[in-house]
Amino acid sequence: MARRARRRFAAAVRWGILVGFSTALAFPFYWMLITAFKRSSDLYDLKNDPFLFHQPPTLEHLRLLLRETLFLRWLWNTTEAGVCVVAITLLLAVPAAYALARLTGPWGGRLGIAIFLTYLVPPTMLFIPLSRVVATLGLQDTIWSIVVVYPSFTIPFSTWLLMGFFKSIPRELEDAAMVDGLTRFQAFLKLMVPISMSGILTVVIFSFTLVTQEFVYALTFISSASNQTVGVGVPIYLVRGDVYYWGSLMAACLIATLPIAFLYNLFLDRFIAGFTFGSVK
Amino acid sequence: MKRALGRQSWLGPAMLLPAILYVLALVGVPFLMAFVYAVGDVKVGSTGYHFVGLANFSSVLENPGFRRALRNSIVFTLCSQALVLVFGNILAIVLKDAFRGRRFIRFLVILPWVGPVSIGSIGWKWILDSLYSVIIWVLIRLHLVPALSPPMWLGEPTLAMISVILVHTWHVLPFATVILLAGWTAIPRDIPEACAVDGAGYFRTLFQVTLPMLLPIINVALLFGTVFTFTDMTVIYILTRGGPYDTTQVLPSLAFFTGILGSDLAEGAAISIFLLPLLVLVAWRMLRTAHQAEAG
Repeated sequence: MARRARRRFAAAVRWGILVGFSTALAFPFYWMLITAFKRSSDLYDLKNDPFLFHQPPTLEHLRLLLRETLFLRWLWNTTEAGVCVVAITLLLAVPAAYALARLTGPWGGRLGIAIFLTYLVPPTMLFIPLSRVVATLGLQDTIWSIVVVYPSFTIPFSTWLLMGFFKSIPRELEDAAMVDGLTRFQAFLKLMVPISMSGILTVVIFSFTLVTQEFVYALTFISSASNQTVGVGVPIYLVRGDVYYWGSLMAACLIATLPIAFLYNLFLDRFIAGFTFGSVK
Repeated sequence: MKRALGRQSWLGPAMLLPAILYVLALVGVPFLMAFVYAVGDVKVGSTGYHFVGLANFSSVLENPGFRRALRNSIVFTLCSQALVLVFGNILAIVLKDAFRGRRFIRFLVILPWVGPVSIGSIGWKWILDSLYSVIIWVLIRLHLVPALSPPMWLGEPTLAMISVILVHTWHVLPFATVILLAGWTAIPRDIPEACAVDGAGYFRTLFQVTLPMLLPIINVALLFGTVFTFTDMTVIYILTRGGPYDTTQVLPSLAFFTGILGSDLAEGAAISIFLLPLLVLVAWRMLRTAHQAEAG
């Protein structure tokens, strides 16, 4: 009897913690949702209970956002940059990861860690010299500045992630294929790449997500509002003078966050495997 | 037969080199340039370069704003990582066993990490608004703060610092949680059970058996968390721009304001060099962790 009571108590504590934390962590997104559909006269009336709708919901903020701001342009810029960065990352990281896993012998693992460590060198240490590099290349204030720079941090992490993935595939598969007459490179292209599709897809999502999340480089290299990505455009350029259009702003936040969040969630366990260095057995 | 097995020695380097060159060109070269800038007199628009030795560093060190930013960076990192360590483990413990709705709750929990930080921060800027803050509204209803002069989250130095620390913690907590979760789910069930049979209570088992087993993974979570926190300026840039009166300025944001907005590339580079000791320390710890994982 005492045991049952204790188990119930434990369950209550657990759910209390779960509800408390998930409320605190997800609250801003709930608040974005409420704000995005509230009429301004309701939103800015201090006498109103901010949790409730005192007037019918409105699509006015959304209309303003889509019709009269650069929001759609920013979404397009981000997608365009994201696709290019993903392409560059795959082109360079997939072969490199394979080489590290199979062709470089005992040096592979060490080299892999060395490449991974460059992922830790932060934008805030490199942005000043890179702003000069970008200017020299004639890319300042264009989306191409970030297309060139972002792979410098997506490649190291992706190479690391894919190296682990290739290592987990048995060598005998390629050996058999090569006995059947394929060259090493053909075996990589026709056998290993198709087998590793889920790993490659993880890298695609990861790189694309990083493009939407990055803030410092985009803020530094791009100076016109119309060339920005969502990550900088929304928080910096949706504010006019000192006036915040909170309704449209929150609608923009929600639209920019949710699709990426759904995708990322699907691949979460694989990303984590890349960060834990095998210290989880 | 040897050739058929593809022992071409050129293929490995050929597949590896493009990636290495790309990263060297865009991480290695600017990394070295940062040092060259820091001991020179480069400004935006200037073309010449003169070696000035450690002049930038001494001018930076004499600047009280820099010393404040350095102190803020340390406080910002230590406080948010301490919170992450405690909250992350609590969350991992309650999320580790299967239950109905676990996937949904995990989705809610990782949202702050997955969404762009700049966008999450602007959400918080609205929640912490000086006039329409929902938190203030609740606190006034609970009679915890005076209705006529409620606190201004981002307008008072101490409150502003607490706000940016909490918002940054909000952003990085999910990342640490999922890493710790990987460690917690890997602990064999029978170990805590055996301890319970031996008569050890929940907290004794937790602190003397389970947490020591988790040290390697806690180490990994903290190493990444420290780097992501010490070198980031996004939350601070969006919420306070380093204000009020530069009281929430950290090293990365100060480097940005000095080097990019203030056009003094040399001094900005000198400030960002102060991020390096911590990065070296973390890199060294990570190498050890990776080495141990390989050996163990």
